[in-house]
Parts: sequence; structure tokens; C-alpha cells
Amino acid sequence: MHVVVCVKQVPDTTNVRINPKTNTLMREGVESIVNPFDEYALEQALALKDKFGARVSVVSMGPPQAKAVLREALARGADDAYLVSSRAFGGADTLATSYTISLAIRKISGGGAPDLVLFGKQAIDGDTAQVGPGVSEFLDVPLITYVKEMDVSPSADGAPAAWRVVSAMDDGEHVIEGSFPAVMTVLKEAAPPRYAPLSGAIAAGRAEIAVLDEKALAADAAKIGLGGSPTKVVTIFPPPARDGGEKIDARGDAARGARALAEFLSRKGLVK
Amino acid sequence: MADAPVYIDPRLCKGCGKCVKGCGFGALKMVDAPGTNKAGKLAEVDPSACRACSACVSACPFKAISEVKREVVGTDDLDSYRDIWVFAEQNAGRVADVAFELLSKGLELKAQRGGGARLCAVLLGAGLSDDAKNALVAAGADVVYVVDSPALADYEANVYVDAVSQLIIKHRPEVVLAGATAVGRAFFARVAVKVRTGLTADCTMLKVEETKNKDTGAMQMLLHQTRPAFGGNIMATIMTPNHRPQMATVRPKVFKKAPPDPARRGKVVMEALKLAAAKTKLVKVIRDPGAVDIAAQEILVSGGRGLKKAENFKMLFRLAEILGGEVACSRACVDAGWCPVSRQVGQTGKTVAPRLYLCFGISGAIQHLEGIRGADTIVAVNSDPCAPIFGVADFGVVGDLFEILPRLIEELG
Repeated sequence: MHVVVCVKQVPDTTNVRINPKTNTLMREGVESIVNPFDEYALEQALALKDKFGARVSVVSMGPPQAKAVLREALARGADDAYLVSSRAFGGADTLATSYTISLAIRKISGGGAPDLVLFGKQAIDGDTAQVGPGVSEFLDVPLITYVKEMDVSPSADGAPAAWRVVSAMDDGEHVIEGSFPAVMTVLKEAAPPRYAPLSGAIAAGRAEIAVLDEKALAADAAKIGLGGSPTKVVTIFPPPARDGGEKIDARGDAARGARALAEFLSRKGLVK
Repeated sequence: MADAPVYIDPRLCKGCGKCVKGCGFGALKMVDAPGTNKAGKLAEVDPSACRACSACVSACPFKAISEVKREVVGTDDLDSYRDIWVFAEQNAGRVADVAFELLSKGLELKAQRGGGARLCAVLLGAGLSDDAKNALVAAGADVVYVVDSPALADYEANVYVDAVSQLIIKHRPEVVLAGATAVGRAFFARVAVKVRTGLTADCTMLKVEETKNKDTGAMQMLLHQTRPAFGGNIMATIMTPNHRPQMATVRPKVFKKAPPDPARRGKVVMEALKLAAAKTKLVKVIRDPGAVDIAAQEILVSGGRGLKKAENFKMLFRLAEILGGEVACSRACVDAGWCPVSRQVGQTGKTVAPRLYLCFGISGAIQHLEGIRGADTIVAVNSDPCAPIFGVADFGVVGDLFEILPRLIEELG
């Protein structure tokens, strides 16, 4: 069994701030982290390694620094790691990114689709949740999103044969069954990520990480990077501000605070 | 190696750094270049961070920065794409509210677009009632395309993708919108790839306006798709100039639903499509009868990290009961295991637009504020007078929520 996990290095957006003078992002000092949702996808893959001896490959598209997230995945138990990286990939939107990553996945699984491709539910920097579904289309493999539980059952010879997952949708939990290959996106409600053993971290630090560029992937130049991206960012601007209203300080006099609040609600007609 | 989307002429660059300030993506920096100009610095662009928005081109007082023109491979025959479509998600035959919200916005877009564009709804399902179709017409659809097939009885991403892609290829809409629900987000992203066009997720503003195509110079009616980026720290307007359809998703409650007009007339078109076979099997749907849709609530009482533990949410439930609302929370409470993710408000949770959003112990991270932008009235109680939540609250109380909350319950109860 071969499982490919796609991980992304993202800025810790909880710490990204706007410079109020210039209205631009202040990136200095913002830490790069593994997209938190991807860690849950990796955990699902490693559980399949524990159970079936699956080969777990990790793929990341990004600048050379993104090797750090691949090393982290190796430290936790992934078998091999690939960085999809080239200046030619710069500015890719979700279509061009899905195309590029699907080529990389085919490349590392010998031309076809691996048994399972896992993504986190979404990346916290772009928040689009579009690349997992996009890759499933390029690979022409069934797509299951928002997976919170996964159960893989073996056939008579012990090899993984079929899966049953619980997908959290708006109207409830969908219990879905199917066979391989499949592309799934994984939720935080799935099993918590494991820690890397020290020995794994040391080995991962030394591991070679293959870099795949447009030549290695034999990518169509018209489909990658900014030129291969149908969507164009035209303008950027700071979010519209909402003005704060009345504020009272009720430290030391909670009764007054509660009364003022109740009065405000009643003045606004929000309480009977 | 590909070129960066912008070219900086080293002979014209004065090393002033204005372009660095003008770039919203942190793609420009000044590098030391002794002897090139008085400042001894030149601007340099990082092609992996540059989004070709051309803000730096206008920011440079010396005309040192220009856009690099490139060959465009887009959709053929752009002008043959015309109508504005809304995907009408339904569940058990009931059309989701977000479809009506999008039809209301669609009416505005149709007026802006002109040129005979029609507003159309796409309805997939099995055994669909006339009520659903009529409701879509009353909400503004000139045409309702219906695919009614047993294969569409349940949501299966792969069959949904096939149905909508076939319709797009057949009818060539210019704009296609869908709700950014669990269903809409997943399969729509795959549809966009299947028809090889762009898709902008979670738009908060949409308009159609005559715009100059930067690649061809032609004037076109383009959909301006505005969405928050980088955790809501910045807004970006995105366009799909050379590909059709122009596709976007919008979260529920971002646009307001206009009242239906039963006098409206529209055409229902039954589409008999040969659909791909389902590749997965839906065994069952486990519905939680206690589940609440916080996005549908008029009044939300919300708690954050300041609540300190799960059992303190009991007070919020009591207050919500008094006010006739429901309980929501911030991401921290979900991460701590105090609340289920279904109650989470914000960028990775739900967007809400209640009449009253009453929050306790929520500091107001930008990701949270993004999710409550549509609230009519925001009231906040927090012990930190500098908490960002007070910057958006219509009424704020600085104080200890554990002292204020019980007294408020007493006042109102």
C-alpha cells in the first residue's frame, strides 16, 4: 500500500499583522509552521503504516525552506519526502497548484495514482480547501472530504482492501464506503498527531529530500506558476474597519456592568 | 527559471523602498547594491511571493517597475459565455438558504452585467418537488436547470461534479456561484478543475464591472471577486480574465436574502444527463438531533478562552435560553475540547450574521472577527481593556465575566 500525504508550510497566520501605517503585511518574525490540518492527515497515513506496513510519502510544494516541514514528517515516520519547488511554480493559484502536485504524485508513484492521497482539510494561509479536490480531478480518483474517522479493512491475504470513513457534512455525519484509490481531506477531529521519536528526528535531519522541478515533472509550461493560473490578484486593501461603540469599565463594580449591559440590550429591543 | 511577474529596471531604481511598502504580499525587499544609486540599494522581487497585483508598479515614483507580459492560454471564445448561474444546494428537497442569498446577489450581478445575461439556478436531486423549483424562480431565477436522477438522491462528490460540469460545458455560463458549504466547497473545487477555470473561495464581495484585461488590453465585463486573505488580515480582489466561467464560492450568511417575489416568471428546464457511476457508497447519515446550526441563529451567546473550562459554558447556555438564542464559541474552546467544532465561529469555523452577538472572554483575533462581520449588534465582556473585540463591539464592558455573567442572568432572567 502506498499513501501520499500532501503538506504545506504556512506562516502562522495567528501572528500575521498589518502595519497600520503602510497597510501591508508584517511578515518579519512570523514563524513558519506545518499547516496544522496536514498533521492530522499525516497521522492517518502513519496509522496505515503501523497496521499494514504502508509506504508513506510526503510531498510539499513551496520554496526551499519548506524542506523543514518534510523533515518533520520524516521524523514522525514517513518513508520518503519530495519537495516540489521551482521559481517557475511561483504565483500558482489552486488550479496550477493542483496540476503541479498531481504530476509530482504520479511521478513518485510510478506514473499512476497511489492507493491513497491525503490532505488536511484546508491550509490556514489561503483557507480555500480547493487543492485536495483539484488533485483528485487531475488524478481522476474518487474524492471524499472532511474525514474524521477512517477504517481500512484487509482482504483475505491481509492487504488493505476497502475503506469506511465518517465524513462530517453540514447535515450530519456521512458514513461512506469505497475502495482504493481515493483522495481524502482530513479533519482535526481525527486521531491526534504523534510526536517524533528523538531517533527519527536525528535521521530526518540527515535525510536527502528530492527536489522536483518543472523539468523533473515534465510539466506543461502553460499550466504552471502564475502563467498557468486563471485567477489573478488585481488589488489588495485593508479590511473595512468596524467602529467600536460605547465601552464602560466595570472592573471592581460587576453589578454596574451587568446592569448597563442589560439596559443596552433592552434599549436595542434585544430582550423582552 | 521563469521570470518574476514584474521587472525592476536597475537603471531607474533609486533604492527608495516605496515599492516594498506598496507590496501587500511581502514580495519585495531592498538589497544592498553599492554604487548603483545614491541610496546604494536596489529593489528585488521574490517570484514565489509575488502575486502580480502590480501595486508596486504604481507605487514606484520613478517608473522603474513594469509588468512582464506573458502569453495567455485561456478559454476559447470568451464571448460565447453569457449567463449567471447559482448552484442551488438542496437537502431532502429543501433548497439551502445560501442559494437564495446568492440569487439575491445574482440579481444585482445580472443588472450590472446587462447584455441579455440571464440569472439561472442549477438544482440537482432525486424526486425534486415543484415547490423547490418555484421558490428558485420567486427568488429571481430566469431559468432553473434541473437534473433529477436517482443517482443524485444523496450527495456523492464524483456524480455531482459530473452533472454540473456537463451543464457548464453545454450551456456556457459566464459566472457560476456556489455556497461555501461542506458540499459546495468540496465538489465545486473539482468542477473548476474539470472545466479548467479559476475558482475563488469564500468571497465576501462580488460585482460585475467593465474592466480592462491586463493581458490583452480589451475591455471586458469581469466578476470582481473579493475575499479575505492571510487570516483576514488583508482583502484581495481577484479576477478570472481569460477563462470561463468565472467561478466563486460564498459562505452562508455573507449576503442577505431578499424577499421572494411570487410574481416572477421563469422557465424550468429538465436536463436528462447520462451521469457517471458513483464511486463511493453512502451507507448512512447520522444526524445529531441536538445539533444546532449557529449560522441560522438570530441571537448568539459566545464564549472564548476566558471561560477557562467546559463547565463554565453552562452559564452561557442559561443566558442563551433567557435570550432565545444559542451558544457559540471561539476556536480556542474547540481546541481545548470544551465545545464541538459545529459551534465554532470564525475563519475555520462558521460565518454568522445574528441580530445580537454577545460574547464573553473572547479577545477578538482577526480570524474570529472575520466570522462576525455580518452581526448587527456586537456586545463584548472582557477583562482586558485593550482586547481587539472592543474595537468592533457596539457595547463593551471591561470586567470579570465570572462576576458579570451571573448578575446579568439575574437581571434578565
